[in-house]
Amino acid sequence: MDQVRIQHEDFDVGQELARLREQDLRVGAVCSFVGTVRDTRALTGLDSDRIASMTLEHYPGMTEKAIEAMIEQAHQRFDFYRALVIHRIGELAPTDQIVLVAVTSAHRGESFKACEFLMDYLKTQAPFWKKEQTPQGAQWVDARVSDDAALARWGIRSDNA
Amino acid sequence: MNLHVRYFASIREALACEAEPWQTSACTAGELLAELRARGGAYAQALAEGRALRMAVNQVMARADTPLTEGAEVGIFPPVTGG
Repeated sequence: MDQVRIQHEDFDVGQELARLREQDLRVGAVCSFVGTVRDTRALTGLDSDRIASMTLEHYPGMTEKAIEAMIEQAHQRFDFYRALVIHRIGELAPTDQIVLVAVTSAHRGESFKACEFLMDYLKTQAPFWKKEQTPQGAQWVDARVSDDAALARWGIRSDNA
Repeated sequence: MNLHVRYFASIREALACEAEPWQTSACTAGELLAELRARGGAYAQALAEGRALRMAVNQVMARADTPLTEGAEVGIFPPVTGG
């Protein structure tokens, strides 16, 4: 069973992966991706780039539907058993986990591909918005053209950014 | 036609409105956007032409030519930035 969860609470990756493949004798590969909150100052060294915290907003109802639809698309493209997507909302701090995408399959190739596909899809098609608390005040994060390009690799056109 | 319009993120903040009922003569998502823009004030600014806006009709991503139906829920928001 595929699963989509939108939640305020943190998640335990080890526990989630164990549950995803529990008692499933077909599984020979589990691939996962974890997205985390970074503090841009650690990359640039500039105090003005400091991210004190981040708030994630979403579109209740549509978010779940959009992610379920993308998992359905992934099933049509890749030979995998189960997918799990957890996305947090609310206020998060640097180093906090934001998102988990995990996929099980018989062999690694299909779960690697499905995991990357799901993440590329989520970045441009799932209705989440990030707002960062910076020294200049609260700022909504801009969408990236490179995320549209990532989805285009799979033959899917995205005009998000 | 009666619609339920919902605003998110920077658009919700700019309009100081999360959701509102709206009676429209627009047939498509794009026409609705033009109609809301014509209300002027914060609407004209937040929904200005050239601003990056995305829409959903009944919780599915829409394009300017996506048709509207009676009672539809229309979401209006900036490009998404999750993950």
